[in-house]
Amino acid sequence: MDHILVAKNVSKSYGNHKALSNISLEIPENCIYGLLGPNGAGKTSFIRIINQITHQDAGEIFFNGTPLAPDHIALIGYLPEERGLYKSMKVGEQALYLAQLKGLSKSEAKKRLKYWFDRLDIGDWWNKKIQELSKGMAQKVQFIVTVLHEPKLLIFDEPFSGFDPINANIIKDEIIELKKKGASIIFSTHRMESVEELCEYIALIHKSEKILDGKLSDIKKAYKNNIFNVGLQIQQDGEALIRTLGEKFNIISSNIDLLEKQLDFKVQLPSSHTSEILAELSKVANVNRFEETIPSASDIFIQTVNSKDNGK
Amino acid sequence: MGSKLGLIIKREYLAKVRNRSFIVMTILSPLLIVGMIVLIAYLAKINDDEVRVVSVLNESNYFDEGFISTRNISYVYLDQISLEAAKDSTASMGYYGLLHIPSGGSIENVARQAHLYTKDNPNTSVTQQLEDIFQKQLRQDRLGKLGVSSDQFSEVEKPFGLNLSTFEGEKSLKGINEIKAFIGGGFGYAIMMFIIIYGGFVMRSVIEEKTSRIIEVIISSVKPFQLMLGKIIGTSLAGITQFAIWIISASILLMLAVLLLGLDLGAMTGDTPLPQETMGGMSQFSSMDSEMMMYAKEVFDIPWGLLIVSFFVYFVLGYLIYSSIYAAIGAAVDNETDTQQFIFPIIMPLMLGIYVGFFSVFSNPNGPIAVAFSLFPLTSPIVMLMRLPGGIGQGGVPLWQLLLSISLLIVTFLGIVSLAAKIYRVGILMYGKKPTYKELIKWLRY
Repeated sequence: MDHILVAKNVSKSYGNHKALSNISLEIPENCIYGLLGPNGAGKTSFIRIINQITHQDAGEIFFNGTPLAPDHIALIGYLPEERGLYKSMKVGEQALYLAQLKGLSKSEAKKRLKYWFDRLDIGDWWNKKIQELSKGMAQKVQFIVTVLHEPKLLIFDEPFSGFDPINANIIKDEIIELKKKGASIIFSTHRMESVEELCEYIALIHKSEKILDGKLSDIKKAYKNNIFNVGLQIQQDGEALIRTLGEKFNIISSNIDLLEKQLDFKVQLPSSHTSEILAELSKVANVNRFEETIPSASDIFIQTVNSKDNGK
Repeated sequence: MGSKLGLIIKREYLAKVRNRSFIVMTILSPLLIVGMIVLIAYLAKINDDEVRVVSVLNESNYFDEGFISTRNISYVYLDQISLEAAKDSTASMGYYGLLHIPSGGSIENVARQAHLYTKDNPNTSVTQQLEDIFQKQLRQDRLGKLGVSSDQFSEVEKPFGLNLSTFEGEKSLKGINEIKAFIGGGFGYAIMMFIIIYGGFVMRSVIEEKTSRIIEVIISSVKPFQLMLGKIIGTSLAGITQFAIWIISASILLMLAVLLLGLDLGAMTGDTPLPQETMGGMSQFSSMDSEMMMYAKEVFDIPWGLLIVSFFVYFVLGYLIYSSIYAAIGAAVDNETDTQQFIFPIIMPLMLGIYVGFFSVFSNPNGPIAVAFSLFPLTSPIVMLMRLPGGIGQGGVPLWQLLLSISLLIVTFLGIVSLAAKIYRVGILMYGKKPTYKELIKWLRY
């Protein structure tokens, strides 16, 4: 598999503060990659190195197979966490300026801007000043500026902060569209649940170190612990039923709703084989829910951090 | 890369020039300056025009002729009244003071007993003038006793002015150094004001980029140094545009003035021969006239071309040094109120340049202090310009000093810009707290 970006043992410190220690990552081409971790973990430091805003103290970074160089900037689109626009400058002029800084010619930039402005339905804002727009509107302009030069790699730092749900969805769809067209995308966020469904690969960063990375589905497989959520339609006494089931299975928690005649419980099985419990359950009640719990990225994160801390 | 710098310069330049306050400033400032000059001249005139009235009660036989009213003192003679009555009437008339010259004995004796009564402590120039009158009469009297006639005395008293020339034999003039330094000082002062004003623009522009959070978007496309340089150059070009507008409009006005006045000057000094009989009477005036003409000639002889070229050189270099410091300050802080403690040390050398310039260059444009400060890079843009109206070479600034001064300025510029760029690079991505000097030094090593 080809990688758009490979980092090898990248370290960076600011004075005495270690921002990144020995980070190695491989970001596959044409995927959505989640760089996850709490605030201050080092995500932004890493992204700034990719964007050549700062430079690593040690380690190497390869973009598309070649060592990261200044002309790669034109192939990267970056939406920083701290983002904004010149308040007193007109939207169109500003977008043109930023596009030209990315290396587009004026006429090409104009053509593409027109396409994007129409696409996101903001065509009549061209001559407005940013200070006349709402924050969400400004974010749309910001997004366009990020993707306008059709970069191979798009980096979004805290992409959905500041967007209202409607605009966040529009942007999400646009990002998926860009991925379909061949772009590779990095999401960096501390709100792991916000990007989990989009990411194919993730890396977890904690206190300047990478603690886990890989394909999200593989990670989830590795981290699932055979806990199932079960729902039963009950006729008889639920208490008695849960007691009998408890003798055979490891019931973690349960809840009985008498009004709805519903018994819900969580059970941990010794293996991922479900035929035994299903056979047992279908004898005593009508099963209306049976699903494996899949750990969320933040569950995995917490679990990894804890086991790492305990291991020390 | 170069085209990106061009883009940044263009944006910064347009952002500045299109700004309404820039347009207003460009039109308004010359009016304000002219207004200020008129106001100062007017106030000085009012001050000068104040005529102090001194009443004189002369009971002696001496000093009758001496008290001739001058531009700022006029004399009123009191007669046949007592000293007390004279004091009362002087006070009630609101006169400045009463000079009492009692009767009795010799002129020496009378003079010794003469007395000036005033409401407050008397003005020095008034006492000086009165003392001069006494002094002159006493001198005449004393010399008279030695057999000097009054005709001989007035011959002796003829005023004398030293003839001044440079080694080349050009006639030089009293006060021309001051006039030249004043003209140069005007340029130096303009540089100081522009460094402060345009440096402030650069700083505010950096702060704006920080607070609007656009900074990281931009430096993901260009290097921070490019952005800083583009900003400084763009703003500087806006400043030069403003200067160019002023200088061009001033020259047009000057040319108009010369065209109009030129006819007058021609009539006054021209070849039209004056009638013989008036020549004697006119000699006094024509010598004054020729002196005025010499001053005018000196002012026209100031190497204006050199001065204006040097002005732009020093303006650009001095501005680049200071504005990169301003840019670094802007990057270090989050808002303008935090800038105060950093700005003061910048303004210090500028003020020093102005004051040292006015005190040392005025009295001695080629003295050691003037030379030192015109070489020291943080003050040279101001002090050197004060020296330059004297020209280059003999009698003016030695060429090596000018070249050394500019070279030092360029070296300092490169050093300071690289330091400022380091602070800028780190500072623009720092939000939250105001850094200390110690932290700024730490940033230099990041």
